[in-house]
Amino acid sequence: MCNTCGCNITPANKYLLDTDHSNTSVEVLQNLMSENDRLATHNRQHFDEHNVLVINLMSSPGSGKTMLLESTIDALNKQYKIAVIEGDLETENDAERIRAKGVTAYQITTGSACHLDAHMIHNALHHLDLSNIDILFIENVGNLVCPASFDLGHHHNVCLLSVTEGDDKPIKYPVMFRKADLVLLTKTDLLPFLDDFNPDKPQEHLRQLANAAPVIQISAKNHAGMDHWYAWLSNEVNRHHKTDQSRLAMSSVRRAHER
Amino acid sequence: MHELSVCQALMSQVNDIATQHQASAVDTIYLQLGPLSGVEPDLLQSAFPFASANTVADKAKLIIHLAPVRIRCNSCQTESEVSSNRLVCQACGDWKNQLLSGDELILERVELSSTHSDESLAV
Repeated sequence: MCNTCGCNITPANKYLLDTDHSNTSVEVLQNLMSENDRLATHNRQHFDEHNVLVINLMSSPGSGKTMLLESTIDALNKQYKIAVIEGDLETENDAERIRAKGVTAYQITTGSACHLDAHMIHNALHHLDLSNIDILFIENVGNLVCPASFDLGHHHNVCLLSVTEGDDKPIKYPVMFRKADLVLLTKTDLLPFLDDFNPDKPQEHLRQLANAAPVIQISAKNHAGMDHWYAWLSNEVNRHHKTDQSRLAMSSVRRAHER
Repeated sequence: MHELSVCQALMSQVNDIATQHQASAVDTIYLQLGPLSGVEPDLLQSAFPFASANTVADKAKLIIHLAPVRIRCNSCQTESEVSSNRLVCQACGDWKNQLLSGDELILERVELSSTHSDESLAV
């Protein structure tokens, strides 16, 4: 008999569980993440006010998030004003790689925390000039488990899966991959050397999670497929601007009515 | 392991409720947890004593109700219970569906001991 599964409750002691009159039972039905979600909504309002598209990059460590950002900055830096928030347990190494490209990078070192949360992003916003940013990338801590549970206030989740990992990662980490709005299969230049990675499998597994997200195969090294990623990104920036403009128009109409 | 962060968020909510109701102690905390929430019930149970130490809930029991993963198929409308990594209709095999339950991370109910034992607070 243990103290965890309920097998210690017998007909003889069950009466101890019944609420006596000195006790109060309070129905709550509140999400445990409600405080994080409240701050995430607040962050999103800041982003929308300044017309900033925010992308949360999540993957296991070493799947190529920083290199993806380096190539993306090289390709799109003239077209868009880009900034990056870097999340790592230790070191400023990734932020320094991004700064070397002439782009603002704010490093959050989480210490032992395995994920970023809305509070950390809110603090980071005090160090960024949102009025001067079109796309903000948040490079989450390399981890396929914990970051999935925390809304940061971003607009899209982009999950990376490198071909040196298993092609069944989506069904091994369903919580993470169910939330992906786009999956990037990275390091495809290595595919000729890997006979056990079927590049069609991740998409099949994604559909098993009832996720219709597109999968794009890319190599930041030989640039294969990168144009598809840039096209997805540009499309999202345009869509976001339109949504923001209609939101602004709606609020000015509302203000005119109030007058 | 983000369960400690989740547990700290739980304790903050529980402490607020205990203060609102002027409770002297929290007896039992009931949670509803689905596997797609990304929170492991066993890890949450192990984190609980650390998060609740020296709080009004330091002697409280944490009872976790596990919610099943249930979907409703968009094409044939069948509802089925599925595993967390195979969200496909059990009747027709279509993957386009709505999640009905399975991602819950909810504080359902808290049982409190009130400071004045003769007071029965109706909530």
